[in-house]
Amino acid sequence: MNWQALGLTLRLSLITAMALIVLALPLAYWVAFSGRRWKFLVQAATSLPLVMPPTVLGFYVLVAFGSSSPLGRLYERWTGHTLAFTFEGLVVGSILYSLPFAVQPLVNSFLAIDRRLIDASRVLGASRLATFFRVILPLSASGIVTAVALTFAHTFGEFGVVLMVGGDIPGVTRTISIDVFDQVQGGNYAAANVTSLVLLAVSFVILAMVYGWNRRAWPRTPWA
Amino acid sequence: MGVIQSENRPLPMPQPDNANDPAALEVFARKLYRNRTASGFALDIRFAVPPGITILFGSSGAGKTTTLACIAGLVRPDEGRIRLAGRVLFDSGEGTDIDVSRRSVGYVFQDLALFPHLTVERNVRYGLRRIEESEREKRVGEILESFRIASLRSSLPGEISGGERQRVALARALVTRPAVLLLDEPLSALDAATKGRIVDDLRAWNRAQRIPILYVTHSREEVFALGERVLVLERGRVVAEGLPQDVLGAPREETVAQLAGFENIFDARVAAVHEDTGTMTCRLAPGALDLEVPLTRIEPGSIVRVGIRAGDILLATEEPRGLSARNVLRGALTGFEEKDFRVLARVDCGATFCVLLTPGARRSLGLVAGQAVWLIVKTHSCHLLRLAEG
Repeated sequence: MNWQALGLTLRLSLITAMALIVLALPLAYWVAFSGRRWKFLVQAATSLPLVMPPTVLGFYVLVAFGSSSPLGRLYERWTGHTLAFTFEGLVVGSILYSLPFAVQPLVNSFLAIDRRLIDASRVLGASRLATFFRVILPLSASGIVTAVALTFAHTFGEFGVVLMVGGDIPGVTRTISIDVFDQVQGGNYAAANVTSLVLLAVSFVILAMVYGWNRRAWPRTPWA
Repeated sequence: MGVIQSENRPLPMPQPDNANDPAALEVFARKLYRNRTASGFALDIRFAVPPGITILFGSSGAGKTTTLACIAGLVRPDEGRIRLAGRVLFDSGEGTDIDVSRRSVGYVFQDLALFPHLTVERNVRYGLRRIEESEREKRVGEILESFRIASLRSSLPGEISGGERQRVALARALVTRPAVLLLDEPLSALDAATKGRIVDDLRAWNRAQRIPILYVTHSREEVFALGERVLVLERGRVVAEGLPQDVLGAPREETVAQLAGFENIFDARVAAVHEDTGTMTCRLAPGALDLEVPLTRIEPGSIVRVGIRAGDILLATEEPRGLSARNVLRGALTGFEEKDFRVLARVDCGATFCVLLTPGARRSLGLVAGQAVWLIVKTHSCHLLRLAEG
């Protein structure tokens, strides 16, 4: 069992999930409540990672942050190195790759909130921001839990983007799924088996927790 | 009955004639809703109301809720001007559009919209964020007391009864001391007794505060029970307005008459209450004519209004016997009105009643003007419509 790879993967998944919830909350709010005509374009773009090959996504991350792009040069000037083959590169790639898994559950639970509750809050003098924190967030608990757990689990088992952006550097970018790949390549089936089982178990436990939580989540209007 | 006292504020003198009050709320709003199928719904309303309860009456889809939403700022009219207590809330000409949260509007939604994740107390406290702590505690405590929900303080909305939720919603809106109160069919889901108690609370509160209250309903009986004034909406327009008895009692508009339903409306005084028979004797104002009406929670001597549908009255040419109906009235036919297979007969029994007949019944009974007839009215066909301020 490669403990280093496991620790690195846990760290990557945790950071990605936390960063995504912060980014996805405003994006999901906008998708759920905006009346813009071109909203569908944003929705489509957000869902792209669901259907695109991870290699393509990874490729674009490399290009976008490569030394020939303005963004990449800016990043290089800040940090002194490029994003490719670093842990930060993995985080950026993972955030993009798991974006739909954070946005979709949030949008769904925002849309399930009775619009009248939002109106009531506004009429009672609360600003949009106060309404978000006092009404929308507390009533979206199940969506938030789902978003965090899904992005965590999705990043935990990610392979293609990691390989493209991070390569395979032990302790820096070698995640657990890449470790399995290496072991199989080396004919080391017993070790691959153990690592795969760990990945399977962790993923199953997380998903079971999400479904278990949502089963006893608050009914949105308990008396209706 | 719980009375909500208005502290720190001089009580405005009660004004018997609302027509002389300055208009506390002026609304002019136009909005066109386009849809893909039909021509769409157009709202085009203009009215001004004084403090006190004004009923917005109309069938569903008439634009009642949209009107409230325009005043609250939840719907933006294409064109219009809304003024509340001297303050312009919306003016499409000037480009004024005060944010919903700054309009000082109390709104009780049809489905109440209590926050399901907050306790009764925190629901009521919700609109008092900007107020100093001690004042906030005082106001919340007082309103919980006066709406008799203090014992439910820490319950969630899902754990209390429908009537209690209604009180919480009213308290939550009123505790902010709004400049106008918008009530969207707030009592439609309640039984008569609960409704009566809440209406009493609301009326007591209104006597103390005197703000305009717009009360949306499609129930005729609520119009007579509550309203000092009524505005009738039909397809997005105000088609009639005035005192309930003028608008619905002698309707000029056909839609109003249909909505009102009661062709016979009489003022009466409760002469006696018979708990043993389950009835009350009401003496009609014009003569010494008595009607037996269903027993309700009301003091003898009170002035009431009795509504009877023309289609609920039987007409006989001989004195009938052995009937369960408590009201058999002798009178004289004074005239007929015939319209589309319906005959409206007028009968003077000391007061004039309208009776709905078929042309066939008129022919077979050989009815002519001047003839002596008997009217039969079941106790339960007499609908008690309580006056606004009894």
